[in-house]
Formats: sequence, C-alpha cells, structure tokens
Amino acid sequence: MTQVALPIVDRPAEKKIKLDHTNAARAFVTNPDRAPWHDESLWFVRSKRDKQASIIPEWEYLRSLASQVKTATIANLGDYLVEFERNATDAGAVVHWAADAKEHNRIVLGILRDHETTKIVKSKSMLTEECGLNHFLEDNGIDVVDTDLGERIVQLRHETPSHIVLPAIHLKKEEVGETFHEHLGTEKGAKDPKYLAEAARGHLRDKFLAGEVGITGVNFGIAETGGVVVCTNEGNADLGASLPRVHIACMGIEKLVPRLHDLGIFTRLLGRSATGQPITAYTSHFHGPRDENSELHIVLVDNGRSKLRQSDEFRAAMHCIRCGACMNTCPVYRRSGGHSYQATVPGPIGSVLSPTRDLKEHKSLPYACSLCGSCTDVCPVKIPLHHQLLAWRKEIGFMNLLSYDKRISMKAASILFRSAKLFSFAGWVGRKALKVLPHWVTHQRFNTWTIARELPKPPKESFRSWYAKNRNSETPKG
Amino acid sequence: MIQPIEPIQTATTKSRQTILDRLMAKEVESPGLPTPDPSKLTRFDDPLAKFSEILEGVGGQVHLIDDPRQVAEILGKTEVFSNAERIVSLVPEAVDNSFDISSIDDPHDLAAVDWTIARGEFFVAENGSIWIEGQSLPHRVLLFIAQYLAIVVSRREFVHHMHDAYARIEAPKSPFGVFVSGPSKTADIEQSLVLGAHGCRALQVFLTP
Ligand code: SF4
Repeated sequence: MTQVALPIVDRPAEKKIKLDHTNAARAFVTNPDRAPWHDESLWFVRSKRDKQASIIPEWEYLRSLASQVKTATIANLGDYLVEFERNATDAGAVVHWAADAKEHNRIVLGILRDHETTKIVKSKSMLTEECGLNHFLEDNGIDVVDTDLGERIVQLRHETPSHIVLPAIHLKKEEVGETFHEHLGTEKGAKDPKYLAEAARGHLRDKFLAGEVGITGVNFGIAETGGVVVCTNEGNADLGASLPRVHIACMGIEKLVPRLHDLGIFTRLLGRSATGQPITAYTSHFHGPRDENSELHIVLVDNGRSKLRQSDEFRAAMHCIRCGACMNTCPVYRRSGGHSYQATVPGPIGSVLSPTRDLKEHKSLPYACSLCGSCTDVCPVKIPLHHQLLAWRKEIGFMNLLSYDKRISMKAASILFRSAKLFSFAGWVGRKALKVLPHWVTHQRFNTWTIARELPKPPKESFRSWYAKNRNSETPKG
Repeated sequence: MIQPIEPIQTATTKSRQTILDRLMAKEVESPGLPTPDPSKLTRFDDPLAKFSEILEGVGGQVHLIDDPRQVAEILGKTEVFSNAERIVSLVPEAVDNSFDISSIDDPHDLAAVDWTIARGEFFVAENGSIWIEGQSLPHRVLLFIAQYLAIVVSRREFVHHMHDAYARIEAPKSPFGVFVSGPSKTADIEQSLVLGAHGCRALQVFLTP
C-alpha cells in the first residue's frame, strides 16, 4: 500500500477570530446595486417555492410526516447507522466512520492513495465543504475539480459557496464571464449565460473523462437498504459516479432515513422547497458498486452531530435536509449575502448550527435575524428555526457573551420597563424631543440609526392618556 | 505539518465505536415512525395529462404514440437525430442501434454517444419523472453522457405520486436506479435557466400503449 510511504500534509488549523456578522456584511450591504439585486434574485426563488407548496393540498401534512420521520431517526440514530452499515456492506459497499473533519479527509485521501490517483471529480457536497476537503487534498497533491457549475465558478475564483443550493448566487453574469475568460478562454466581455454554460460543459466534460475517482455528497441514506440517494439537476454527480471505477460518497450521519418508502416524503419536499421544482432532474439511487471491478465507499461523518443530538433545545436542527428554503426567505440573508455568515452553512439554519460548534466565535449570528419567523414557516422538516435563534440569544446573554453596547442597552431597557413612572416619563420626553429637536441634531454621523431613515412623527398623546379618557365611553358592547 | 498516517481500517473502527458511544450516551424519546395515510395524498383524474404538463414545464417533450416504430419516425424529423452518428438504443423495437454496445467495456468509450434511447419502468404523474432501472442499462453512464436522451415508457405504467413510486419499487433490484425528469439543467449563472448542463441537452419521452 502506498499510503505507508507517503506522509500526510495537515495544514495547522487557522484560528482567526471571525468578524461579527454586521461588520462582515458591511461591504455587501453598502453596495447600492448588490444587496437589492441579491434580494430580488432570492425572492424569485422563494416565490417559485411558494407556488409549488400551494398546489400540493397535502403540503402541511408532508411537512409533519417529514418532521416525525426525522425525529424518530435521530432518536435511534445509533441503531439505524448500524443497520445501514450492515445493509450497505451486504450490497458490496465499504463503509468508513469518521469522528471529525480531519478523519474524514484522511479516509478520503487514503482511498485515493490506495488507487494511486491524483485526479478526482467532485459533485456538490456541503459536508466536504464543511470538512475543508478541497484544501486538504490539494495540499496533498490531488487535483480536485468541482463539477457543479456554481461550485466550479467559485472554485476558479478561489471563493467559497455563498449559498448551499445556489453556490454562486452572489455573482453577476459579467463576473462569471470574466472568470471564464481568464480560466477557460471564453471571449472577453461575454456574459450570455447560455454561451458561458456551454463553455463550462465542454471544459468539465474533459475533466469528467480524465477523473479517476468520483466524490459525491449524499442527500439521503437508507438504513433498510444500505443505499444512498443523490439529487442534482445537472447530472454531474451521476457522470462523476458512473465514469470512474471508484465512487466515494461522503455522508453526514444525520442524512439517514429508516425505510426506502420514507423517500416518498422527502423527494416530494426537497426540490420544491429548494428551487421550486417538482423534483430534481436526477434523483439517483446507489446500492453497492456498479460491478465486480468497481468500488463504492461510503464515509459516515459525525463532526459535531452526535453532540448536537444531545441538546434538547437544538436537536431538531439535525432534521435539516439542506434545501436552502430558510435562506431564500430570510430578509437578513437576502440583503447581507451568504459570505457574511463566515460559515459553510449560512442563513437561519447556519446561524443555529455555527454556534453549536463554537459559540464565542459565532455569537453574532443569532442576532442576524429579525425574528420574523419566515424561516420556520418554510422549513420542510419543521425545524423551529426562529425559536432556536431566540434560544441562542438567551444562552449568549446568560453566558455573558453579549457585546457591551447590547448589554448596557438591555440593562437600561429592563430598568425602564420595570417602572411605570419612569416609562411614562420617558415616553413624554421622547414625544417632546421628536417634536422640538432640529434635524441636524438627530441626523449626524454618531446616530447610525438615522443614516437611511427618518424619525417617526410623534403622536399627540400617549396611549395611557388616551385610554384613561376613553375607557368608559368606548368599551365595546356585547 | 507532515504526519505519518494511521491505517484507515483501525482508525475507522475506533471512530465507529466513539460515534456509537456518543449516540448511545443520551436516550431520546420519539413517537415512532409515521405511515402516510393514502387518503390524504393527491391523486389525479388524468395522470397522463398531469405528467405531460409537469414534464413539459421543466423542459422535456412528451409524445403519445401507438406503435414503438413511431419513435424513429418522430425523432427522424429533427436534425439532431438525423445527423446523429452514434445512437445507442436500448429499445430495439423503437430505434435501431448504430453500433454494437456489447463490445464496450469501459464507459469512457461512450463519450461520443449522440443519442441514448432508454426504457422507462414507469412514470410519476405528480412530478413528471420516470423511473429507470439500472438493470436495463449496460452502462449507467449512457443516461448522462449522451448529448440527447429519449425514454420510451408505456402509458399504462404510472403511479400518482412518489409514495406509490417507492411502494412499486419495493426493494432495490440492481445497484442503480434513477428518477429522471427533464433535461439536465443549471441556473447557476444569475438564475438564468440553461438546458443541457452536463447531461442531455433535451429529453424526449415517448408513451406507448
Ligand atoms: S433548516 Fe429547513 S429550510 Fe433551512 S435548509 Fe434546512 S431543511 Fe431547508
């Protein structure tokens, strides 16, 4: 085996303190074209989802079924994993277990070295993204080609995906054109999506034909049959998994469903929630390697999932099927862009998951939320996302991780709301101040709140005094 | 940092135990697995019409035919078919092969296939997809590598929705099976839909009696 001879290069983990969400989002938010354009693109996707959801009479019923299946799976996850392993092995697959990202990467590298390969084609997988597989493999001399068009675009630009379903949603076609001009030799200034996609098709076809191992993610694993299901629209996972002799499927342990027919529920929800399609163009089921000369490796990855399972508060976040609906609907995500979350999974679910890994580093994310509840409404597996974000805020307050300005203002608010006298006095001051203060006093650079807003017109009297006057005369009859 | 490697097998066995231990460390209550109530699931008065409507909505084309031979006839009217040099037909009663597939061992040799004519087991009305069983494919890559794809399926073989689809599949019959719906597509460049990303550029579905 070659793996004994070759050492492994493990980049020491870069530990930089992350910016808070507000600062990380600044460039995106303050670009006058970018934020509204991004907002509209995602709203378009969200509207397509709404249309699909509204024409299925049993939509809500499906959501509750999906949620129940996931609850039951997560409750007995250990048993289902063992069942999955047994059935997958019987079908001829090799099952590997990885406790964390580092181990996952090493297992994949080990398989590649066993086959003495340096050329792989990879389809979209948030799990390998989470594990930093690309960098690791590149450091160890492997040529990794992402084959999902959006992922290939961000890979060529040395960026990360900004969305879990639409990796390049933050880019304009002119930018893609520039990238392709530089790397694929397309015409300068070209921006027609058809022309660009055709160029990518040609470029990636060569890569597919040269790839010696195909790596894919997994949308669903089936305990009862030991199979894995991969859903794509481009067919890239299928080309990558059916040309080379070796297919490595990387799967988070929460991706399991117990029975084959449970897929009936999830395949109805996934495409519709993600991009508003009735189903993805390809929904492929793999049970074992394709023939005696081929191999199917399945890498089961924990990387913090079993820890998340122990939390009564946040366990339901493991239901996530990575459809992206919560980001498409989130008013904060739509305006701040995926990169501002500085995590593989952005948006509402990312803001729930990231703090479970490192609360200190991601403590600003639960505040990147207006608590509008829209994410909870669209989530096909009924994760109570905004309740979980609120729960994180409590936790952050409790652990004294709140920033100074938030802490002070919360204290002040608490004093104010506890005293009726003080509250009514403050109301009076506010109403007076709004009336008499000149514009330049309220609108100056120290008051960031008024940079893009006018202050409200003060009411003539307070509710309290209105109520005192009217409570007898206006009591509704009946 | 350069490190020696621990053999995968021992590492994976150790982690297997670690992960299972962590999962067993906490007992979690669950109400158990639900069974979908069939009476709550949509059925269609005209499943064939529904299927056609949905598939055409995602860029596929549907033809109702009386005789499999009509497939060659209809396709022959298009330039992309009449100019095609390499056609692999897995439905011999519909279209003739242009070369002998049995001589091919390595799927890479199929890179230049222009058309694949495949056989579908059944179709799903609710989402315009067709189930293709791996057994029917000498190389599964044929579905994805051909520039154009046609699927022939009987119009009597249908299910209303995905629950019935899996009930019908029951258990995996071969290592591969796929629901195909519409041509390969991408919307990764500014949300503009482009048909023909990596796989087939167009999908023609022929519904035989
Ligand atoms: S949390 Fe729900 S809506 Fe968000 S990606 Fe996961 S499954 Fe989809």
